[in-house]
Amino acid sequence: MNKKNYERPIITKQQSGFMNKFGASTLNLPKTEIDGVNVSDLANEYSSPLFVISEKKIRETQRNALRIFKTRYPKVQFAWSYKTNYLNAVCSVFHQEGSWAEVVSEFEYDRARKLGISGEHIFFNGPHKSDDSLTKAINDGAKIHIDHFDELYQIIELTNKLDKKANVAIRVNLDVGIYPKWDRFGFNYENGEAAQALKRISVTDKLNLIGLHMHIGTYMMSSEAYKIGVSKLVALANDLHQQNGTVLEYIDIGGGFPSNNTLKGQYLPAEQILPTLEQYADAITSSLFELKYPGNELPTLVLETGRALIDDAGSLISKVLATKRLSDGKRALIFDAGVNLLFTSFWYKHTISPAQQTGLYTENSKIFGPLCMNIDCLNENITLPTLKKNDLVVINRVGAYNMTQWMQFITLRPNVVMIMEDQSVELIREGEDLEYIMMKEKLPEKLKKL
Amino acid sequence: MNNYLISSNLAISDNGFLFMSSTGETFTVNEIGKHILNEMKNRTDIEKIREKILEEYEVSEQILEKDLNDFLNQLNTYKLVEEI
Ligand SMILES: Cc1ncc(COP(=O)(O)O)c(C=O)c1O
Repeated sequence: MNKKNYERPIITKQQSGFMNKFGASTLNLPKTEIDGVNVSDLANEYSSPLFVISEKKIRETQRNALRIFKTRYPKVQFAWSYKTNYLNAVCSVFHQEGSWAEVVSEFEYDRARKLGISGEHIFFNGPHKSDDSLTKAINDGAKIHIDHFDELYQIIELTNKLDKKANVAIRVNLDVGIYPKWDRFGFNYENGEAAQALKRISVTDKLNLIGLHMHIGTYMMSSEAYKIGVSKLVALANDLHQQNGTVLEYIDIGGGFPSNNTLKGQYLPAEQILPTLEQYADAITSSLFELKYPGNELPTLVLETGRALIDDAGSLISKVLATKRLSDGKRALIFDAGVNLLFTSFWYKHTISPAQQTGLYTENSKIFGPLCMNIDCLNENITLPTLKKNDLVVINRVGAYNMTQWMQFITLRPNVVMIMEDQSVELIREGEDLEYIMMKEKLPEKLKKL
Repeated sequence: MNNYLISSNLAISDNGFLFMSSTGETFTVNEIGKHILNEMKNRTDIEKIREKILEEYEVSEQILEKDLNDFLNQLNTYKLVEEI
C-alpha cells in the first residue's frame, strides 16, 4: 500500500489584530536547486553546512552594475572591495570582469598582489598602514588613500627615504545628511581639514595627487546622500583646479549600496523600499557633471561597491539538527549553521528556503545555531513550513561579509564551493580540520605531560 | 500514551479552523492535526489514533511519538483538552 506523505500535526493560535500568515507564502517557496545543481546532492557530497557561490550570479550582477553606470558616464572603474569577500575564486571572477582591487590592510594588499593584480590597480584604504605596507605600495605604484595627517607625514617621510614618488588621494568625510555621520575615517570636508590636507600634498613634490575618495557608509538607503557627497568632492576638485591647475585622474565614491537583504528593523522587504541602482547612478553622475575641467575632460568614476555585488551570489546550505518547543509554546529549530558562520544575521532578516517540497502549513519559528551560547540565534521569528530533523534549508543572500567575518568558534569553518557557469561544482575553500587549526599553536614542554 | 478528553466547547470546521466557544479563541490546524482532533471527538483512544497514522502515513514510530506528544502538549497548553 502506498502511504501518504507525513507532515507533523500542528495547531496555531490565531492572534487577533493581525494575520498569522501575512506575506508568508512567497517567502518560503522551496529551493531544491542552486543554479541547476540539486541542493541535497551538494550537501551529500560536500557535507552541511556548506557555503555555495554562484559564478553566474556574480558576473551577471557585476555586468549589470557596470552597464548602468557606463550608460550614464563615460569613464567608470569598479574596484572589488576585498573585505566583503576575499576568497581567491570570488576576487578572480571580479578581476576577470575588469574590476580592480580595493584593500584596507597589508593582508588584503598581499592577497591582491598574489592574485596577479598590479600595484596601479590597487586602491589602498584604511586607517592602518604599516611602514612595510606603504613601502610596498609606493614601490608598486599603488593608489594610496590617506586617512589622517599622521599617515600623510608617514608617507612623506617614506617617499624621501625611498626617493620615490607616491600616488595618493585623500579620503574625505562629509556631512551628507544622514545619521550617524561617518567622520572617523579621512579628513573632514565641512571644517576645512580636507582642503588643508590637499594644500599640504600639493606643495610636496614627492606626492602625486591623483584622486579624491569618500565612503559615506554601508547599506545607504538614500541616493540623495551620494548626490550631496559627490557634489562636495566635486567642489573640492574644482577648487584644486582653480588654485593650481590640478586635474584629478579619478573620483572614488566608495561603496555602500544596499543589497536585497532586509534589515532587522525594516518591516517591508528590501525590494519594496530601496532605491534602484539606476537611481544611485543618476544621483552620482549628475553631481559629477558639475566638474569644470578644461576641454570637458572628466575624471574616472571609481566605485568600491561591495555587498550589492556579492550578497545575492552566496547561499548557505544548512541542516535541521532538531526541532524543539520553547517554554512559551513557540517552535524552535536548531540548524547546523549559527552566528559563527552567519555574522550578517545580526543585521539582516535572511530569508530561509526549505530545500525539499513541504506542506502548505506554516509555523512561526525561532532559529538557533549549533553553538552552546545564548547569542547563537539566527532569527527570532520567521514563518516557515514545518521542518523536521535532517531536512535541509538554504539561507539566501549571504555572499557579503560572512566568508570574511566568520568565526572559528566552537566548531570549524565548512567547505565553500562555487557553481561554475557550466554547472560544474568546484571546491574553492576546503573545510577546516583540527590539524589546520592547531598548526599554529605551540604547547610548552612542561605542559605536555599529563 | 496518556489519554485526553477534548473540550465539548471546541468546534472543528472542515478546513481546519477551530473555534472555542467558551473563550472565543480561534486556532488553525493542518490536515493531520484536524484528523487527530476529529478522531478524538469520536472518543478514539490516542493509542488507536497513533496506530492508524502509522499505517496510513510514511512516518517512523519514533518521529510520530515525538510529534504526537508535542501536539497533545500544545492542545493542553491551549486548554482544548483535559487529561483523563
Ligand atoms: C573604504 C570602503 N570601500 C568600500 C566598502 C564596501 O562597502 P559596501 O559593502 O557597503 O558596498 C567598504 C566597506 O565598509 C569600505 O570601508
